[in-house]
Amino acid sequence: MSVLAVSNLAKRYRRGGEPFAAVDDVSFEIEQAETLALAGPSGSGKSTIARLVLRLIGPDAGRIDFEGHDFLALSGAALRARRARLQMVFQDPLAAFNPRATVARVLDDPLRMHNIASRTERPRHIAALLQRVGLDAGLAARAIHEISGGQRQRVAIARAIATRPSLIVLDEAVSALDVSVRGQILELLLDLQRQERIAYLFISHDLGVIRAIAHRVVILDAGRVAESGDARTVIANPQSAIGKALVAATPRLIRNRP
Amino acid sequence: MNRLRRFFRSPEAIAGALILALLMMMALAAPLLFPGDPQAIAGPALLPPFQDWPLPLGTDRLGRDVLAELFHGARTSLAVGLAAAAAALLIGAVVGTSAGFAGGLVDEVLMRITDAFQTVPSFLLALAFVSIVGPSLGVVVAAIALGAWTGPARVARAEVLSIRERDYVAGARVIGMHPLEIAFREVLPNALPPVLALSSVIVAAAILTEAALSFLGLGDPNRVTWGGMIAEGRTVLRTAPFLSIVPGVALVLTVLGVYLAGEGVVESTAVRRSLS
Ligand SMILES: Nc1ncnc2c1ncn2[C@@H]1O[C@H](COP(=O)(O)OP(=O)(O)OP(=O)(O)O)[C@@H](O)[C@H]1O
Ligand SMILES: [Mg+2]
Repeated sequence: MSVLAVSNLAKRYRRGGEPFAAVDDVSFEIEQAETLALAGPSGSGKSTIARLVLRLIGPDAGRIDFEGHDFLALSGAALRARRARLQMVFQDPLAAFNPRATVARVLDDPLRMHNIASRTERPRHIAALLQRVGLDAGLAARAIHEISGGQRQRVAIARAIATRPSLIVLDEAVSALDVSVRGQILELLLDLQRQERIAYLFISHDLGVIRAIAHRVVILDAGRVAESGDARTVIANPQSAIGKALVAATPRLIRNRP
Repeated sequence: MNRLRRFFRSPEAIAGALILALLMMMALAAPLLFPGDPQAIAGPALLPPFQDWPLPLGTDRLGRDVLAELFHGARTSLAVGLAAAAAALLIGAVVGTSAGFAGGLVDEVLMRITDAFQTVPSFLLALAFVSIVGPSLGVVVAAIALGAWTGPARVARAEVLSIRERDYVAGARVIGMHPLEIAFREVLPNALPPVLALSSVIVAAAILTEAALSFLGLGDPNRVTWGGMIAEGRTVLRTAPFLSIVPGVALVLTVLGVYLAGEGVVESTAVRRSLS
């Protein structure tokens, strides 16, 4: 059974009074411990799909099944409880946190909200989470703006795994990081996937990164699926015009999965 | 610390802070320096100022000590001004945050109510409220707050509308935070700075409104107020003008002090923000 099954998803917005489809009849599935990449040019609807899947916005049509249940049927407390299993990591790790927060508070929130640990146990949990993502437990007392971008993205990942999700949506999660940090974060993601069997919906416009981390890829063009398949096969031999253009625009592809 | 240094670099801010500090000291010292009832008769009626050492500012029409009244009046003015402004800011922040965060029908209803309050002149509103409910300190505070919360509500709503689209609010939803907690714990604190920037104007206006209500005889009758003193003095304006001038000057200085100090705070934080 797939972790996530999206079928015939559609979302329309208005542009200059005219309705247009930001997402148009999109379907895909993600299996347990699998990474599915969404690729496509700017404005092709990648982030809109992420927001639909996370129920941050509602679709105009389509169906989302998460862990075998109709995800769109949930609301209120039932939805909030189910959210523990479906997490997200944003592109800009600074914008993703309350500017007043400390690292400890950021990690404390999900533990408290989903009753994962009692008040007295939580500091120990937070330390363990920080260590799990390769950070020093002493970082907990720092304010979010007092740590580096790479550390911040690790905190974002720690927050995402705090509730033991089965799927994490990563929208350009490594795009803002410099190359060496990017490699380390990708390593961490692969390691977490191997150990915790987490599935990723990995959004990126960088085919090199996708080739390194994703099992399968869906290439989008103007809200529609242009082509999809095994990540290496598609990137080595794209069939669609947009796929060919994306490959041509990527100067040097990383050869192997690290 | 930097902010403090920048605050004290502007002479207006220093003047404002000094006036406020003096006022605070007057308000706090009033029961110590003048422990008796300030409304009790202390000497002959209409004693001019600087004639009699125990009554340096003289006495009013009924022989009450003007200096004692001035000190106790500072207490009322400050207490009412601060309490009314605090209440107005609190109501405004809660209403504005709820409207901006909830959106849709809730927003529509709350903002129409805000409009309604805003179209009635706030002084008339206060006047009507006190006339109906009856004058006491709490009622005066409520009456003033009733006409002052709409400004903070609008500013808070505008700020919340922009904050609500930020990634971290989406992040809070994704981890399953309750909407009320998101609105009041994640969004509201970050929407506060521009709302608090209104406080000096609101405190100043509240002090003036309180004085005007007392002048019209709608203040708490058990307390000395500057507005009440001015009203008292008006009847003997020709023979004893100082009875109106002394509380009048105190009122002007207070409003000026609040305003200057408030501007100083806003300026020093604004510089900080444009630098970062
Ligand atoms: N709230 C909105 N209102 C109107 N139009 C929107 C809204 N959100 C997105 N769009 C439009 O929908 C289309 C898809 O946007 P989306 O953010 O999903 O693209 P994307 O693939 O993530 O692009 P990028 O690679 O630049 O992040 C764009 O044309 C965008 O302008
Ligand atoms: Mg995007």
